[in-house]
Formats: sequence, C-alpha cells, structure tokens
Amino acid sequence: MKKIIKLENLDCASCASKMENAIKKIEGVDNVSVNFMMQKMKLEINEANYDTIMMEIKKVCKKIEPDCTILDK
Amino acid sequence: MTKKEKIELVRIIICMIVLLLIGILPVINVIKLILYIVAYLIVGYDVVLKAIRNVFSGKVFDEHFLMGLATIGAFITGEYLEAVLVMLLYQIGELFQSYAVGKSRRSITELMDIRPDYANIEQDGKLVKVDPEEISIGDKIVVKPGEKIPLDGIVEDGESMLDTSALTGESVPRKSVKGDAVRSGCINKTGMLTIKVTKEFEESTASKILDLVENASNKKAHAENFITKFAKYYTPIVVILALCLAFIPPLFIKDLTMIDCIKRAMTFLVISCPCALVISVPLGFFGGIGGASRQGILIKGSNYLETLANTKTIVFDKTGTLTEGKFQVVKIVSKEEKMLELAALAEAYSSHPIALAIREKYENKIKKDKVKDINELAGLGISAKIDNKTVYVGNEKLMEKHKIKYKKADEFGTIVYISLEKEFLGYIVIADKVKENAKEVVSSLKKKNHIKELIMLTGDKKEIAKNIADALGLDKTYSELLPKDKVDRLEIILKKQSEKEKVAFVGDGINDAPVLTRADIGIAMGALGSDAAIEAADVVIMDDDISKISTAINLSQRTIRIVKQNIYFAIGIKIFFLLLGALGIANMMEAVFADVGVSILAILNSMRALKTIKEKR
Repeated sequence: MKKIIKLENLDCASCASKMENAIKKIEGVDNVSVNFMMQKMKLEINEANYDTIMMEIKKVCKKIEPDCTILDK
Repeated sequence: MTKKEKIELVRIIICMIVLLLIGILPVINVIKLILYIVAYLIVGYDVVLKAIRNVFSGKVFDEHFLMGLATIGAFITGEYLEAVLVMLLYQIGELFQSYAVGKSRRSITELMDIRPDYANIEQDGKLVKVDPEEISIGDKIVVKPGEKIPLDGIVEDGESMLDTSALTGESVPRKSVKGDAVRSGCINKTGMLTIKVTKEFEESTASKILDLVENASNKKAHAENFITKFAKYYTPIVVILALCLAFIPPLFIKDLTMIDCIKRAMTFLVISCPCALVISVPLGFFGGIGGASRQGILIKGSNYLETLANTKTIVFDKTGTLTEGKFQVVKIVSKEEKMLELAALAEAYSSHPIALAIREKYENKIKKDKVKDINELAGLGISAKIDNKTVYVGNEKLMEKHKIKYKKADEFGTIVYISLEKEFLGYIVIADKVKENAKEVVSSLKKKNHIKELIMLTGDKKEIAKNIADALGLDKTYSELLPKDKVDRLEIILKKQSEKEKVAFVGDGINDAPVLTRADIGIAMGALGSDAAIEAADVVIMDDDISKISTAINLSQRTIRIVKQNIYFAIGIKIFFLLLGALGIANMMEAVFADVGVSILAILNSMRALKTIKEKR
C-alpha cells in the first residue's frame, strides 16, 4: 500500500536523507522518499505487517532525529 | 512560529535574564559558576543531550557534538561567560534558521496550493460539502462563484468565467459554458456551475500537478548531491584537523601553551558547522520549482532545473509549438467577393481540415439548402452545384482535369482554387499560422538566454518549413521527417554536443513522446489535459504560450546562480574563518557569529529564488 505521512520538526536536510536510507532497509518497506521541503514521507509498504513496520520506522526516526515526530493518523 | 520554536524562544530569553543577573548581582564565584551552568543548561541542554546520544549511537561527527564539545571545552578552560554566550548565539541562529525555512516553506506551499478542500453535492435539495475523494465519476457537483473546482469534469449547467492562473499562470479568465471540459484547480469567478465529474480526485489535474511538484525535490540536482557528499566527508576532516591543531603546534612552538591551542581547536570546530549549505541549497531549488509552477511551468526535478539552465541548443517541433497547430485561411486572392461563400457552401458537409478552415473564415451561417450534388473527389477537391451552377473547389489537378484556365499561385501553404461554371475565380491560401510571439521568443532565447542553436524538426514539406524558419530566424530546419526520423535526427544533434551543453526538445507531446524522452530535457507545451505529455516530458508548460520557454530558462538560470552563490559564499567564508580560528585571530564568539551569519545570509539569498514569482506576477 502507498501512504503519505506528515512529519513534524524535521529540521535538517541531511537527517531527511539519513532517515530515508535507514527506512529503506527495514523489511517490508518497498520504497520510501522523505521530502524535507514538504515535511512529508511517501511510503510503499507491505500492508500485512503495517503496524510492526510503522513501529520500526518510528524507532529508526527517533534514533536519527529525536525531535521529529511522525504523524501517521 | 511552531510550538517548538516558541519554547526555544522562551529558553533563549530566560538564559539572557540569568546572564544579566550574573552581571548585576554581587555574588561569590561559586554561585556565579552555578548560575552559569544553569543558564547554559537552560539554553543548550538539548544540544548536549543530542551530542551524548549521538556518541553512544556511534555517530560522532555532527554539529551538536561539535557545539557540545566546544562549549564544554570553554567551561573547562574557565571561560564560563563565553561558553554560555556561544551556546546562546548558536541557539538564536538555529531558531532563526528554523523560522526562516518554515516561513519560506509555507509561502511556497501556499503559492502552490491548488488542492481543493471540499466539493458541493446536492442531497435532498440541499448543497452539502463533502471530501472530494469521496466523489466518483459521473457524480454531479456544484461550484459556486469564488470556489475552486475540485475535480475534472464537464459543465452540465451554468456559465462562468474561470481563473486558470493557478494551473497556467495565464491571468486572463477563460469562459466556460455548457459542454466545456473544466479542470480542477481553476477558480470559478462569476457564475454557478454544475459539473459532471469525469475523473476521480487522485486522477484530476490539481492532484496530479501537486503530486508532480511536491515530488520534484526528490530528484536531486548535482549541486544537492554535492552538498550531501560534502557534509559526509567534511565533518570528519574538520575534527581531525582540530585535533592536530590542539596537539601538534605546542610540540614545536614554545610560546604556545596547550590550553591556547585547545581553545583554537574549539573555535575551529564551531566555525566548521556546515548547516548553512545543507539547508540553503535545497531551499533554493524548492523555491525555483515552486516559483515556476506558479507560472504554469512544471519542472519535474531539481536535476532538470540544472539541465535547463545549461541548455545551449533547443530543438522545436513545428506543429503546435512554433505554429498554432491549426489550419487557417491566411490569404484570399479573388476579384469575386462571393468566392469565399461559394467555397464555404461547397465544403459545407466536409470534415477535412481545409473545409473546417474555410468555414471558420466565412463566419456567417451557411445556407445548406443552396447546395446540391456534392462530390468529394479524393486527392482533388470537391465539386458541387450551388444555385444550379457548378462549382469546383480543389487543387491544381482538379482545375486541370476540368480544363479550367487558372492562374498558378506562388504561395506557401495549401492552395485551394475555386471555379464557377468553369470560370476561374481565384484561390484561397490555407496554412498553419505561426504563433504571434514566436519571432520575439526566438530572438529573446538567443540574446537573453544565450542559446547557441535553434533547430526546427517537421514532417511538413521543405518549402513550408524553410519559409517558417526564415521568418522566425531559426538556425536550421530538417523537414519531411517521419516521427521515427525525428528521433534519429535528435540523436545526431545530441552527438554533436559536448557534455556540458544540453539539448532541449520542445513539442506538444502528442506524437513526439519518444523525442521528448530522448532529449537531455523534454519540454511539452500546451499540456493541460494531455496526460501522455505530462508523463513523457521533464518540463511541462501548461498552456501553449511559447514565451514560457524563455521564462523557464530564465528562472532556472537564476535559481542555479543563487545556489552557486550560496555554495561559494558559504564555503569561502568558512575557509577564511577556519584560517583565522586556526591562527588564533578569531575567538569563539566571532566564530559563532560567522557561522550564524553565513547561515542567515544564505537562507535569505535562497528565498530570492522564490521572489521571482512576485516580480513576474
């Protein structure tokens, strides 16, 4: 499934690309692009494990940019 | 300001107050030290926390680490005030940076905001606002004056003027009546419209355009990739240099103490933060793309912006690009006034482009009952009886066949001869008209945009092609090409170019998609509504105004200029201050000042990329 998720307080462009690379490595993520200017993330993920993948994504993001919140609702 | 920014501002103010108190209150040194530490933590605790966290997760070299190290170092060497001030300045800089980026991001997205929020549908005789995503094909929606059209559709009822400027950049409103196709993103100006939806929300023009522009910044330009790579190697190099600076000179120079050198190394680290570059470059590109989209020019990525700026050769498709793409009567040569009427009558039932052009020129209502016995003669023309007199309308062969003494015309375009009762009346010249501003655009492309070569490709006859090329002042033309030949011809042109000089192809995207894809940069014109063209091209011009090519190149050249200025300026100042810091000339305060200053100037400069929008509007 494709999903567009808003991000809050994504403050640096290089963090955005770091996040993108880290999320790409998560299992079940087919594709992702983190858009620093739009503060948005475009995800293509496996629908079956949606919740676990989202958890994993949040964990990865927290690690790279602790201030950034993922607004997935 | 966001919530986070407000909290930061409060922390900065509290820190300032504490510093002021330290200055005023007569307290002993131990308490002063405690107050300094309090002030430091209030303003910079998050930086220190992040620095520690990064060290533990193995990412040592980032700006938080540098700032933490530098300020704690200053504390250790006993310069409390300096440590706090440096952190304070750094945070003020960060706050400003985040505010400026947020603000320009908002103003760009606002400009591009063509996404409709709701659609009106009629339920039980009342208008109800619903989410446009819930509407399906075939539904009827109502758009009131002042509202955005939420989905693509066809006008069922009503009449209004539409403001299409958000899509095309064209400020003159367009009239829409029953039966017209309308696109989402336009603003309904005057009357109420009932629209039958033809495309779902996600497939509608507004959504598609928005999607395209928002994703444009994902395709990175060389300059952006350079910055990412730069940041990756830069910080480790700086840290190693700082270490050398701290420990090597004292071994060789006797007058320098270790403490002095460590201080210099700290200063060196503070100056080195590369944030100015990292933020201002994508911001500049984003501004350029946003500004272009506001004028009806969609650039699909920062990389295309870069290519467009380096374009030295432009290859045009003739039909629909340089010309209107529509046959029109350009000349009528006859002594007989009624000739046009006769021609229009004879062509009354034909759907041939020539017939359409003649009927359009005639304007008046065609009295079809006057015409009888119409015969379409393939490859020749038409014969008909009008008021019981025989009329021939067609080419030379038709005239020759019926042994009519006609005068051969020496004109460019398609010539239609007309005879009445075997007597020659005159001829009508029909041609695809060159766009009004085409000549102007060609000369401005050469003079202002420094395009070296302008080439035209066409499937049309050699004489017609040459005539147009000469009139417009093009450098070369290749005529009588089949669609496949156009690709081959472009290949040859591409081969002749050097790496740095790019070749753009401009077409209408209808039958030249392969050429659009093959060129370094494909520009589709008049693409509003043609999904194929939007798909194939790298740059999409929504309406068919040829001057937008020049605008697009101007915009991209300007954006690239701004980005380059930022790169050179920021790196230049950094290196200069790094040297000053290493030699002990600049202290830490000055270092932070330089860092914050460069960031702010670079961001302000980037925002100019967006300013073009206002100038042009």
